[in-house]
Amino acid sequence: MIIKQISVFVENGVGGISEITKILSDNNINIRSAYVADTAEFGILRLIVTDTKKAEKVLGDSGIAVKETDVIAVEMSDTPGGLGGILDVLSDNGVNIEYLYAFVGKGESGALMVFKADDAQKAETVLENSGIVDINATSVYDSLK
Amino acid sequence: MAIFQPEKECMDREQLKKLQLERLQATVKRCYDNVAVFRERMNEKGLTPDDVKSLADLAKLPFTTKQDLRDYYPYELFAAPMKDIVRIQASSGTTGRQIVAGYTRNDLDMWADAMARQLAATGADENSVVQVSYGYGLFTGGLGAHGGAERIGATVIPTSSGNTERQIRLMIELGTTHLCCTPSYAMYLGETINEMGLKDQLKLKAGIFGAEPWTEDMRMAIQESLGLVAHDVYGLTEIMGPGVSYECDKQNGMHVNEDMFIPEIIDPDTGEVLPEGAFGELVFTTITKEGMPLIRYRTRDLCTLNYEQCACGRTFVRMLKPAGRTDDMLIIRGVNVFPSQIEEVLLKVSGDEITPNYQIIVDRVNNTDTLDVNVEMSEKMLSDDVRSVKAIEDKIVNQLRSTLGIGAKVHLVNPKTIVRSEGKAKRVIDNRKLH
Repeated sequence: MIIKQISVFVENGVGGISEITKILSDNNINIRSAYVADTAEFGILRLIVTDTKKAEKVLGDSGIAVKETDVIAVEMSDTPGGLGGILDVLSDNGVNIEYLYAFVGKGESGALMVFKADDAQKAETVLENSGIVDINATSVYDSLK
Repeated sequence: MAIFQPEKECMDREQLKKLQLERLQATVKRCYDNVAVFRERMNEKGLTPDDVKSLADLAKLPFTTKQDLRDYYPYELFAAPMKDIVRIQASSGTTGRQIVAGYTRNDLDMWADAMARQLAATGADENSVVQVSYGYGLFTGGLGAHGGAERIGATVIPTSSGNTERQIRLMIELGTTHLCCTPSYAMYLGETINEMGLKDQLKLKAGIFGAEPWTEDMRMAIQESLGLVAHDVYGLTEIMGPGVSYECDKQNGMHVNEDMFIPEIIDPDTGEVLPEGAFGELVFTTITKEGMPLIRYRTRDLCTLNYEQCACGRTFVRMLKPAGRTDDMLIIRGVNVFPSQIEEVLLKVSGDEITPNYQIIVDRVNNTDTLDVNVEMSEKMLSDDVRSVKAIEDKIVNQLRSTLGIGAKVHLVNPKTIVRSEGKAKRVIDNRKLH
């Protein structure tokens, strides 16, 4: 399924990320996944949180630059080749993956994979048609609560 | 110290005024006949060249501004046909576009005289070895000092700027006696030479340092570290380049080459000419230039003119070191930088309709000017991909370099983190304390 990821600009320096996590916790927003990409000067913190809209608002109000992105989250089968199968389906259908990361979900297998595709809508359709994953698994929804 | 052209530099002031009036009248006529913009402005005021009957009549004439050099870029202010223009020099304007100046053969000749007077005032002659470490190129520093050094018959080493190790090696091996560069570079050279323990191998006697503001403390430090007498020099591309005024060995103000330029001090708000000795905006009228003569050019530099006779024997008026500017121009590593140039780059790169908030921080670290630009992130600039944000940062750096001609460090910061006073962000913080 397509879910919302928020990207937050973080200046390098002591306490840069903790400032953000504090704002979220103060507003009772739970971080489901966090991933930092950085350069020597700054970082981009990618977050999946329990309440995206609220997170964007409270961070924006605190003067932090936030951007929303559509990403696809799927539950992985916890067997060898699980990830490879998904990637093959996407590449066979001409969907380019810009980045991916895993996080611990609440589903049966426990692992959720997040993909940023150049075309999220198409990626979702392709995966749904392939039958390789249950794109609408309730475990994904549960993991975001 | 020898005086290069005592018949001019020590001229009786009454005679000088006569010469100035003759030359002013000829220049006004030349501009009126050849520069349409000037003629229109004169006509608007109901003036013709015949109305300039005394030097006091100068105050009636219209001003010329840097904006004019932009508006009438490149050639509309030239008063000589292009076949007579033998050189173009340039300097940065208030926005991305440069302003240019054109020189005839006679103009280059006068310029060489002006810089030769400066060099002679520092004791240089045909036996001297003059190292010119100003940049050569569109910037007037290198070629300006070069012309003067050749005029006095010195041996010129045209090292241009940069490559400090080679500068020092040549200085020692070729026995440089006179050094021309920016004061901050002189500081840097001095420190490096002392660190290398080479000071006792220097033959330096004097230096001519200009193109950027510097303090008396810097003068002391340069004199001490390089073992020379440090002279200040003033100039601007619009009027000519370095040598518009020059400091003698008394080191107490810069003599304006008054047989070539008439200085005035005006109230920057009203444009009124201020009485002798008043502090205000410096205005120059060129009275010998053919290529691009300018009438009452507003330099935006704030200073005072001292008409007391100087102990050196020269009768030319002395201008004190400019103590500020009436606009927001910064001089960074000898280069003119306007905040509006930076603003334009940011607007273009951000892709937004409004310029992102920014702050320019200028400092001097290890005697070199530094330029840092903090830019607040906007949603439009932000991405989930760190590379595309980095690409925006790199683009700002590259465009600043090509627009300003100097490098800047760019820091992306979060929105609303640049401190605002009364709702308005303070755009420029200059920590150099030069005035």
